[in-house]
Amino acid sequence: MALLEIKDLSLSIGPFGILRDIDLSVDAGEIVGVIGESGSGKSMTALAVMQLIPVGASTRGSVKLEGREVLGLPDAEMRKIRGGTIGMVFQEPMTALNPVKTIGDQVAETAMVHGGMRRAEAMKVARRTLDRVELPADRFPLDRYPHELSGGQRQRVVIAMAIAMRPRLLIADEPTTALDVTTQAQILTLLQRLVDEDGMGMMFITHDLGVIAGIADKVAIMRRGEVVEAGETVALFRNLQHPYSKALFEASSHIPPRNPPAVTSGVPVLAVDEVVREYPLPRRGLFEKRKVLRAVDGVSLRIERGENVGLVGESGCGKSTLARAIMALEPVQGGGIAISGEPIDPRRGATFATRRHLQVVFQDPYGSFNPRHRVDRLVSEPFHLLGASAPTGAEREKRVARALTEVGLAASDASKYVHEFSGGQRQRIAIARALIIEPSLIILDEAVSALDVSVRAQVLDLLADLSDRLQLSYLFISHDLAVVRSITDRVLVMRAGKIVEAGPTEELFRNPQHPYTRELLAATPNLEAALAARERMAAN
Amino acid sequence: MPSFLLGRGISLVLSLIAASVVIFLVLEVVPGDPAQFMLGLNATPEAVATLRQTLGLDGPLLERYFSWIFGLLRGDFGISYTYKVPVAGLIADRIWISLPLALYALALSTLIAFPVGIIAAVKRNSPADVTIMGATQIGVAVPNFWFAMLLVLLFAVTLRWFSAGGFPGWHDPLMALKALTLPAVALALPQASILARVMRSSLLDTLGEDYIRSARAKGLSQGQTLWRHALRNALIPVLTIIGLQFSFLLAGAIIIENVFFLPGLGRLVFQGITSRDLIVVKSVVMLLVFAVILVTFLVDVTYALVDPRLRRAVR
Repeated sequence: MALLEIKDLSLSIGPFGILRDIDLSVDAGEIVGVIGESGSGKSMTALAVMQLIPVGASTRGSVKLEGREVLGLPDAEMRKIRGGTIGMVFQEPMTALNPVKTIGDQVAETAMVHGGMRRAEAMKVARRTLDRVELPADRFPLDRYPHELSGGQRQRVVIAMAIAMRPRLLIADEPTTALDVTTQAQILTLLQRLVDEDGMGMMFITHDLGVIAGIADKVAIMRRGEVVEAGETVALFRNLQHPYSKALFEASSHIPPRNPPAVTSGVPVLAVDEVVREYPLPRRGLFEKRKVLRAVDGVSLRIERGENVGLVGESGCGKSTLARAIMALEPVQGGGIAISGEPIDPRRGATFATRRHLQVVFQDPYGSFNPRHRVDRLVSEPFHLLGASAPTGAEREKRVARALTEVGLAASDASKYVHEFSGGQRQRIAIARALIIEPSLIILDEAVSALDVSVRAQVLDLLADLSDRLQLSYLFISHDLAVVRSITDRVLVMRAGKIVEAGPTEELFRNPQHPYTRELLAATPNLEAALAARERMAAN
Repeated sequence: MPSFLLGRGISLVLSLIAASVVIFLVLEVVPGDPAQFMLGLNATPEAVATLRQTLGLDGPLLERYFSWIFGLLRGDFGISYTYKVPVAGLIADRIWISLPLALYALALSTLIAFPVGIIAAVKRNSPADVTIMGATQIGVAVPNFWFAMLLVLLFAVTLRWFSAGGFPGWHDPLMALKALTLPAVALALPQASILARVMRSSLLDTLGEDYIRSARAKGLSQGQTLWRHALRNALIPVLTIIGLQFSFLLAGAIIIENVFFLPGLGRLVFQGITSRDLIVVKSVVMLLVFAVILVTFLVDVTYALVDPRLRRAVR
């Protein structure tokens, strides 16, 4: 008997079918990966097992936990299962914990609800469980608050909440997606260890094929509310059958075809020289002197015309701060920045004439646009940098249409609003907005990080093509090393405000010199390497 | 926390000093000489000058400011130009009406708003929610003095449960409270409507947070989730509004005081202004400012108690 047996599970909200005939089973001690793009129904499947589905949703089919049907159980019974038999870990560690309660209280609560324990007893359970997730008592006493912990540490607390009662099944919904690669690797190791120690079954939901190949024994691939293909991990990936699975596999390791024109040296499109950016920290005591955080610490870089440069590093390393400094959105405390040979005055900021050489595309395709403006107004916004020479009337419309067709949208899209577009299309609009005044440099700050792999592959193709044809330079900022490897010519590795290593992309990835670069590369999930490791294990 | 309190305390004192300077200077430049006003149009310039001297209106600016401030600190608010009695006494008589009235109204408003707002949020889009939202909409829109008149018509004129106005004094506390009940209700209803709406929207936001889902996944019931996780987080915006409302109730009850013939602070300022009794105006306004700043301080401290993230030292 399987620990969790899902049979013909369908879920609909009103007339909309969200899940259709899902079959999935998890055995004790087994990790089953569920993979799919956003909207594929993977999270909804998990919530259906927990019976935490949205109001108005209805389910059909069967979900059996240790042989017992859970669909249709009254809430009082389900509450014993939630947190007792099934633990659940969510994606966002920053918001998954109650900010006004201590971590001890929040972990102990699971024990109090299920074990019928008194507070003191539950606190002991909490202490033991936090120790198990490697948050030792000397550095992480029970009276710490969530805001005093980092993202990875908070995720450990969330895991502790889920496993405090030693559940039979752990559902982890994108538990590492919001974390840095090195932290991700640690959390994955922790989850694997807990599964091994407790003999738990784990349903592991993710969109990342590299992660899933590393951790899951079995994999189910979902698309539009259906499981399109499932099986044992290596066997499945080595012999994909369904066209969607194949497309997903291809997209995840997609390398956009590039045919770059020769890099012309001369005046670099961007020259950053020993730039320093400092932030005053909040005072600790009333009369204490303010300390200063050096977010960017003497960074220099040059980007030639037509060159794509990657900037990688983990969150908090200063890469976005550097980008903001380059865009003259923040003052610098030292060093100089020149765009197309024109230095930025540190006091007065960049002039319009300088700014027109530089545009930017941000990460969030949903938050980057004013929802009340039409696409034509959004896209033509940078025209104000041209002052009196900005095109008007028919010429303006022509330029908007050209920018939109350039990024693979229709000229008629100009009269629509952004909510009518998908995430990938919005990112294309953001690129059109950056392109319209023909800049020489575009800063792409995690510009493809929020996109699903297949959409990401398309956007990367688009970026590569634009760069080749228009001799555009990119400063490509990302935490995703695979993406940076696929599209850049040169790469810089940043850590704690400093560039620790720089070099031609292929060379640096093949032969990293700095220990930090090596650590980053080793922690980066890699589908092929993970599969090969599994095959070696099976062969032994 | 101690350095947080110290920081807030310093800002409290600085605000008070700034407010006293502004009040003093504004009343210096407004037209209308109290001495001239008191003596009437036919007074001789000599008589006015003599009176100015007796009132202490002719000294240098700085000297008068400091004598006013040190007076305030000693509890000596000066002598009223029109009543010819110490201002401190005038204020003391009236604050025993205005302060209890404000507290009474605030208590009523909170007691009504919390359950109503919580029910509306938990039963979102239900008939209960729609009814509550409709009722609070009316409560926000209708002016409180009109409410007051309706209350008088119903409870005083028709049912004769309460008197229509006046205040019997505190020697019989029960009678005093009874006299303050209708004005407090009239003041509280619009405030409760606002507060209930803030409570509802704040709680709805909180109920949509990830940690509420985490709590449910732990096996907590909806009720437990609400009490243990949602309410405390939803309280912050509500506290802000309560703080603002208290300040308003203390100083802004003037119309209600007039409707119910209550000799409160509002009426005192009003009379002080019409009769150019600037020393009364100055003192009452300073007192109200002190109350508002004190409430703000208390709200800040409550924030820190509710939310551990705010307990850090001031920036």
